[in-house]
Amino acid sequence: MKTAEPVHRLAVLLPYRLAPTRMSVRISPLSAAILCFCAVMAASTAWAQTAPTMLSPLQVIVKWSPLLLRGFAFNILISLLAMLLGTVAGLGLGLALLSQYRLLATASWFVTQFFRNAPWLVLLFFVMFLVPFQITIFNTTVPLPDWIKATVGFALPVMANVAEVVRGAVRSVPSTQWEAAESLSFTRRQTMWLIMLPQCIKRMLPPWMNIYALVAMATVLASIVGVSEMLTLTAQVHAAEGGRPELFAPLYGFALLCFFLYCYPINLWTARLERRFRVR
Amino acid sequence: MVATWTPDQPIVQCVEVRKSFGALEVLKGISLSVRKGEVICIIGPSGSGKSTLIRCINALQPISSGSIQIEGIEVTDPRLDKLALRRKVGMVFQQYNLFPHKTALQNVMMAPIHVLGQKRAEVEARARALLAKVRLAGKEDSYPGELSGGQQQRVAIARSLAMRPDIMLFDEVTAALDPETVKEVLVTIRELAEDGMTCLLVTHEMNFAREVADHVYFTDRGVIVEHGPPETLFTAAKDERTQRFLSQVL
Repeated sequence: MKTAEPVHRLAVLLPYRLAPTRMSVRISPLSAAILCFCAVMAASTAWAQTAPTMLSPLQVIVKWSPLLLRGFAFNILISLLAMLLGTVAGLGLGLALLSQYRLLATASWFVTQFFRNAPWLVLLFFVMFLVPFQITIFNTTVPLPDWIKATVGFALPVMANVAEVVRGAVRSVPSTQWEAAESLSFTRRQTMWLIMLPQCIKRMLPPWMNIYALVAMATVLASIVGVSEMLTLTAQVHAAEGGRPELFAPLYGFALLCFFLYCYPINLWTARLERRFRVR
Repeated sequence: MVATWTPDQPIVQCVEVRKSFGALEVLKGISLSVRKGEVICIIGPSGSGKSTLIRCINALQPISSGSIQIEGIEVTDPRLDKLALRRKVGMVFQQYNLFPHKTALQNVMMAPIHVLGQKRAEVEARARALLAKVRLAGKEDSYPGELSGGQQQRVAIARSLAMRPDIMLFDEVTAALDPETVKEVLVTIRELAEDGMTCLLVTHEMNFAREVADHVYFTDRGVIVEHGPPETLFTAAKDERTQRFLSQVL
């Protein structure tokens, strides 16, 4: 029999609920695009007061957009590769964190904490300046271009964060699942790969996507170490156009727009997945 | 050690089993034995150590002293191959503990395929037969979340049976179920017992213990107070604690 809605005579502390990540201001990608377009247009009025022989900011952007967008594609490539590398390494590190061998678990805990709590830019500098520009394996010299080193530099914090996500997700599975698997004679490794991780994928997806959006935005740091990604190219375009001050906002605004249009849908989708998986 | 066990000896032999959690001693010298084909029920008030005992038998928890032998293999042996031991022992839990990301059929098939390395087609045929046996034909492709508690528990029983154990341990398997579904699970266990499966149950279902068990142990605060065939234990209990407990639950 169903009982009626309980009447609380006493003050009751309701269970605490974790609120999902939510954007404080909701902007659709379309209106964001319009907004940025307006910003560019506003800058054009500044240009209207200068000499008419020069290209308008919009014309400058259109003129250079193939180059700039190629730079942006490079950012995406770096972020995807860093994510791939970092995820594979992070899965390994996460499993090591969960290892029943004390020494391995402790060592990987230190590695995780070190890379999670180091500024990304410092890690990037470390990799850039400590890794040689080429390595020789069996008399074959493999060049290591800057962008590859930068990718590795970004993969390190990704690894540590993914490891933490894996550890947290596996820990969140009730221990009774381990017992059930144990009583069916599954080995620890089988339990992990056949029972724990498949159950965790859903739980790991939103935080994993969150990490990706952060990496995508962080790739511009590579401009500091001279990788020809979008921000580097934007600065070069600005210089090539004579460093006109009125071009500053439109050019960098264009870069902002590109990143926004790429990362915002990812975050939107992450928030949606979080809401969907919160149940249960 | 040399296994000198023969089928006419007890499958499970516990001698003076003691188990402490810190300063708290939950098992204070438990001795019992289970022979092939027997159905043994352990009853007693909550916190009497019943579930701990059954978990120790399956080596899910180590014991502090004493000896537990499964088919002559000492469970406390540090060199014990726990996985080999657990292949002989099936275990069903109070909370079912099905794998939520797998269908009923996959739950039953997983261990034989991955642990025993048996052929998929063969395992699948057996798994389907087992699900039919626990009256779940037609539910093969349902996920645990789509099944009722009683149905999930029967899948869990089928999952354990798929490993062809020599003995089945049941740890208060009906305690989390709705009253209506308790019966369907008990019927399944009874059928198993009638087929000759050796069963060791920790249970609060006194009528079931009375009708199905060959031997009933009454435990209280970590000791076996009294044991005997159900007809004598339930009607002519000698110990005052047994009498009091039975008067409360019957």
